This record gives sequence, structure tokens and C-alpha cells, in this order.
Amino acid sequence: MASLKHEGVEHIFGIPGGANLPTYDALVDADLRHVQVMHEQGGGHAAEGYAHASGRVGVAFGTSGPGATNLVTAIADAMMDSVPTVFITGQVRTELIGTDGFQEADIVGVTLPIVKHSLLCTEASHIPQYIHEAFHIASTGRPGPVLVDVPTDLSKEDIDYQPPTGPVELPGYRPNLEGNSKQIRIAAKAIANARRPVIYSGGGVINAGASAELREFADADRFPVTSTLMGLGAFPASSDQWLGMLGMHGTRTANYTMDEADLIIAIGARFDDRITGKLSEFAPNAKFIHIDVDPAEISKNVPAHIPIVGDARLVLPKLTREYQSLQTDSSRLDGWWSRIKAWQDEYPLGYEPGSDGEIKPQFMVEMMHKVTGGDAIITSDVGQHQMWAAQYYGFNKPRRWINSGGLGTMGFGLPSAIGAKVACPDEEVICLAGDGSLIMNIQELATAVNQNVPVKIFLQNNGYMGMVRQWQELFWSERYSGVENGPSPDWVKLAEAFGAKGLRCEESGDLEEMMEATISHDGPALLDVRTSPRENCYPMIPAGNAARDMVG
Amino acid sequence: MVRLEDLHVSRTLSGRKHVLSILVENRPGVLARVSGLFSRRGFNIDTLAVGPTEDPAISRITLTLDGAVHPIDQVTKQLHKLINVLKIRDMAPDDSVAREMALFKVSAAVENRAEIVQFAEIFRAKIVDVSRRALIVEVTGSHDKIEAFESMLRPHGLLEMVRTGEVALARGGD
Repeated sequence: MASLKHEGVEHIFGIPGGANLPTYDALVDADLRHVQVMHEQGGGHAAEGYAHASGRVGVAFGTSGPGATNLVTAIADAMMDSVPTVFITGQVRTELIGTDGFQEADIVGVTLPIVKHSLLCTEASHIPQYIHEAFHIASTGRPGPVLVDVPTDLSKEDIDYQPPTGPVELPGYRPNLEGNSKQIRIAAKAIANARRPVIYSGGGVINAGASAELREFADADRFPVTSTLMGLGAFPASSDQWLGMLGMHGTRTANYTMDEADLIIAIGARFDDRITGKLSEFAPNAKFIHIDVDPAEISKNVPAHIPIVGDARLVLPKLTREYQSLQTDSSRLDGWWSRIKAWQDEYPLGYEPGSDGEIKPQFMVEMMHKVTGGDAIITSDVGQHQMWAAQYYGFNKPRRWINSGGLGTMGFGLPSAIGAKVACPDEEVICLAGDGSLIMNIQELATAVNQNVPVKIFLQNNGYMGMVRQWQELFWSERYSGVENGPSPDWVKLAEAFGAKGLRCEESGDLEEMMEATISHDGPALLDVRTSPRENCYPMIPAGNAARDMVG
Repeated sequence: MVRLEDLHVSRTLSGRKHVLSILVENRPGVLARVSGLFSRRGFNIDTLAVGPTEDPAISRITLTLDGAVHPIDQVTKQLHKLINVLKIRDMAPDDSVAREMALFKVSAAVENRAEIVQFAEIFRAKIVDVSRRALIVEVTGSHDKIEAFESMLRPHGLLEMVRTGEVALARGGD
């Protein structure tokens, strides 16, 4: 506990069990807030939401065996989205390890491929050091999840805690943050020669806390900016230079800009398949500058012409200075901008407005923007509603958009909203949920009520696993299979059963008022919004296709 | 100025076999992390040898893989992400010494024993066990030498064999 306090931990999400009883006993006297969740997966996602919203390390506890294996999805999620998290699991007594003891699971083994690092304690005296190492590894370089597995006999031992005298030193772990200045100079010169440049920004910019630096760089010469799902908010959506999100459900403008660019400046982004589509036809005319703190991301999927390993917050100001010193004539971008503006005029995001009070899901997101002033922390589940939120909410600040991008974990929204609200109690935190996703971790509504975490759930209820239904409609000859959610549950009654407020909205004319009523309720509340059942999310690049093949 | 048309990417596949010498912290589970990384990323290890170094806190993993199939650069970058990996050296053939050891159990009737012994001498191999029906021959050398020796022995009836996989050290004093 002392080592956790030393790391500045104020909040922990978890559930006790046999193997972490000693840790929970220590919690009684510790000056920490323990948020008791209903299921370890929820605790893990809450820790992620906490980290996303605050930039600080999120911490989740679970006991051995099933407690630990229940954390696995959250750990994998944190790995894919580079979320700084520390998971501390109880383990059976040292002498029982390997005997298939009660509630034993080799959680270090299970999670090996999905952690940034993991530590199995073998001596009580190691525990504080391991905790400090875990926080150091989780929060530096490219962030990620670190698992610390503590056998119960070791956590029970009384040890003298000596606070560390200096920063953690690990011989095999020294992230390179500064960026090679020669490479940065070459990059600046290449940009000065580019006639069709575009900035492709990712979640790494948010992790690095480099939003202001990104803006300064983009302003150095009216560079157009697009971003991944994870990078939304790092660059303000209200800016003239903003093209919208790119990728599978990105804007046509963003994807066409990438397609015709002669130089792509990738910052904290990893060229995943939802961005590139068909790799061989991705950005065929472009050269690539790739800035990333993780050297293994550079040239992993798309070969970089100018690789720069470093932290975006340190590299971008240098790049901006180098670029400005070149005194480039910015009129060379005029032609490029008129091309981009033409796309923006021709292909704005849009949808058929609903008639007869029908609530279009896109309209619902726009209404969320209106009633929150565009300034709430929005978490989401995974599916169509997630994409509509990304397309239509218009995030202007970092750490306002919290979702599961890499792993695509349905059921992420509610627990991560709880974590975000714990981290930022003064902010409005809204979970935009899908009906297929929300049920997967609905038990955490009890956490919100019991622990007095007043999150709001805006449920986009179309009665389907909407994104899967859309794929079956478009790519599987309308052979629908396993996508209808059926009449159960009654969400309003369910919310009430949990002790939260439940509301329902079926008319678009009522939506604003109902949303305001939900937000103004003093406590957790769920608004069940009945949206168009068969609305599809467009535009779309069908999987494995190129940007030019966008449909819708 | 840097003209965009002058920018090129380096080739990712080297087209040859690589011997990677990896220094790792001697901690439980390190080998599982390394081998797990290879299986997860779809990298195929040809041979793998693990053993202690002059420093008891550090072990050396020597592994070989095919640079015609795998981008070695990506492999080493992924390995470097493992916290317990301290140092990786891609052993250039000209600047390093690589050796492998093998034991061959060969069926050796009286009439062809002499020939096997003669092969062994040519390859500087040693007969380390003799029984009525078989010999065990120990040989050390480069990968190619072991391959050649194996092909000489095979016609006599190779009953069993074991090879260690290559181990390697860089030449010179640093």
C-alpha cells in the first residue's frame, strides 16, 4: 500500500477474494478510494477509463484464478490502445503454485502476449520494487498494461517499506523520447518540398499530451489534419484544417486526401488495417514520415521513408521550429487546399433526416453535442454508435473521447465511464451505449449506484447488433444471423432495478428535453433512446478495399 | 533540400539466414516471453539455444531465423520491447564465429564401422559411444559442416540425432 501511495495512486477498482485478502485488509487503513466493482472486467475497463480521462495510471485489483482471468479482456484492451494501467492480482500461496490449487490460474502465462510487462513476485521484499517498476513501465514510453501477480503468503508478510531513492532504472528498458535531430531536419525539408502533405495523427498524440504541439505544427503552414479513432480530440474538430476521421468509417475527404497526398506525416499512429484498408493500394502516391515513441511501429505495416523515434511532445516542437526556419512559401499548398475543399463541398457527412418523429442515430449524437455543449467526456461501446459518435460529436479537446479502438471490446462503455467520472468528478461523463454492448457489462450500473458515481448512459437502442447486421446486409446477402436482440430487457425497469433513473425516448421531438432531464438527474441515469433499427453507418470502405472504393 | 522523389525505403527482407545473439535477464519466464513473441508475430525460429553467460544474472539466447521470410529489423525491434531483453546482436557472418554441436547415433555393423570412423576423422568428429550395433558420433562445427556430415552418415542408417542449434560469438575484443 505504501508503494502504491508513493506512486500517487488515489483510486483503485477491484474485487477482493481469497488470494488478495491481505491486500484488502491493508486497504482498510489506507487513505485510498477503493471502488468496488461488480465484475473484474468492469474494474479493468474502469481503470482504463480512469487512465484515458486523466492521463494517470489506472489501477485494478483482482483475486487469483477467475478474478484474474476476468481481467484478461481489459488487459488485452489496454495493450491494444496503449492505456497506462497496472493490474494487481492475488495468486495462490507460493507452495501451491503449479499444483492446480483452488482458484489457481497461471495469469502471468495467460497474459504474456497481451501485457507490456508482467511480474510474478517470489519474495515479499520484492513487492515494493515491483510495484514501482510496474508504474514506471506502464506510464512511460508507449504506455500499456503491466500485471503484478502476488502470492497471498507474500502479500501477508510484514515488510519494512523503504521509498525508492531515485527513479526506476531498468537496464532493458530505456525509451528513446527525444527524436533524432538530423532526422527531424530531413523531415522538415521534405515537408517544405511537399505539395500535397497531410498530417495523420493517432492516439499517441493524446498519450504524449501533445495536442498543443500538434496544433502549433499544423498551424506552421495550414497543413490539413486527419486522425484515427483513437486520436480524436487531439486536434480540434472546429478547425478549418480538420478533415474529419480517416479510415473505414472516416470522411471521404480524409480518405481521398490520404489517397492523393504526396507526403503523409504520421504521428503516434500505427497504420492499422482499419486505416489502410487494402495495404497495397494505401496512399499510393505518398512518402511517409513516421513519428512514434515505439520503434517497432515504424515500418511495421507501411515502410517509413523518414522514421523518427520519439515522444510527440518533444519531437513536434523541434519539427515546427525546423520547418519555420526554412521560410517556405505556403502558397504552394493553395492547389491542394482547393482540391480538399472541393471534396468537402461534394462529400459532407450527412444522413437522411428522420420523419414522423423517428430518431436517427446520427441526429442523436448531434443532439448530445448540443445538450453538452460539445464538452462532455464521452465513452462508448463498440459498433455503429461508436462510429457515429466519432463522426458527429466533433471533439475539440483531448481525453474527451474514450473508447475501445484496437480490441473493439463491446461492454467497454459503462465501466470506462465510471472510471472517467471517478478521475474527473467535475466533468459531465456520458456513456453512449449500444444495446448489444451495454448488456455485456450492465452489472456495473450497480457500481455506479452503490459507489455514487453519477454517470449518464445514452443508449442508442436499435434492437440489433447493428454493425454486424450492417455487414450481413451489405456483404452476406442479407442473411441475418444472430443479430436481433429481442424485446428483453426492459431498459427503464432494469435501470430502476439497479436504483438508477430510467427514461425512455421514442420521438425525436422529445430528445433534447429527455437528454437534459437525464443529465440533470442527481445520480446515475439511463436514457433508452429508440433509434432507427436499420440505419447503416456510412461512408464506409469495405474491409480489404482501398480509399477510392468508399461506399455510401 | 530534400526532394520527395529522392526518398526511398530500405529493403525489409535480407534474403539470408540470421543468427541473433540475445542477452536477457536471467529471470523466470524470459524464454517463454521470447518464444511467445515469435509465435504471436508469426516469426519462425529455425534453431534456438539458451545458456548462461559470464554474468550469472544474464543468459544468452542464440537463435537463427530466415531473413528471406522475416523482416529481421522488425523481429529485433519487437524483441527489444521485451523489458527483460538487454541486448540483441545480429551476428554478421564475417564478424562472428558460429558453431553447432550434434550427436548422431548410427547403425554400425562390423563391415561399415571403419568407414564411419574414417568419416569422423575427416570431419574431426569423435566416437563417444560404441555398442554392438551402433556408434554415437559427436561433431562440432558450422551449420554447413554438420549438414554435410549428416548427409554422409545417413546412408549407413541414422538411428537418432540431436543438434543443439547454433551458438555464436562476435570476433574481436569488444
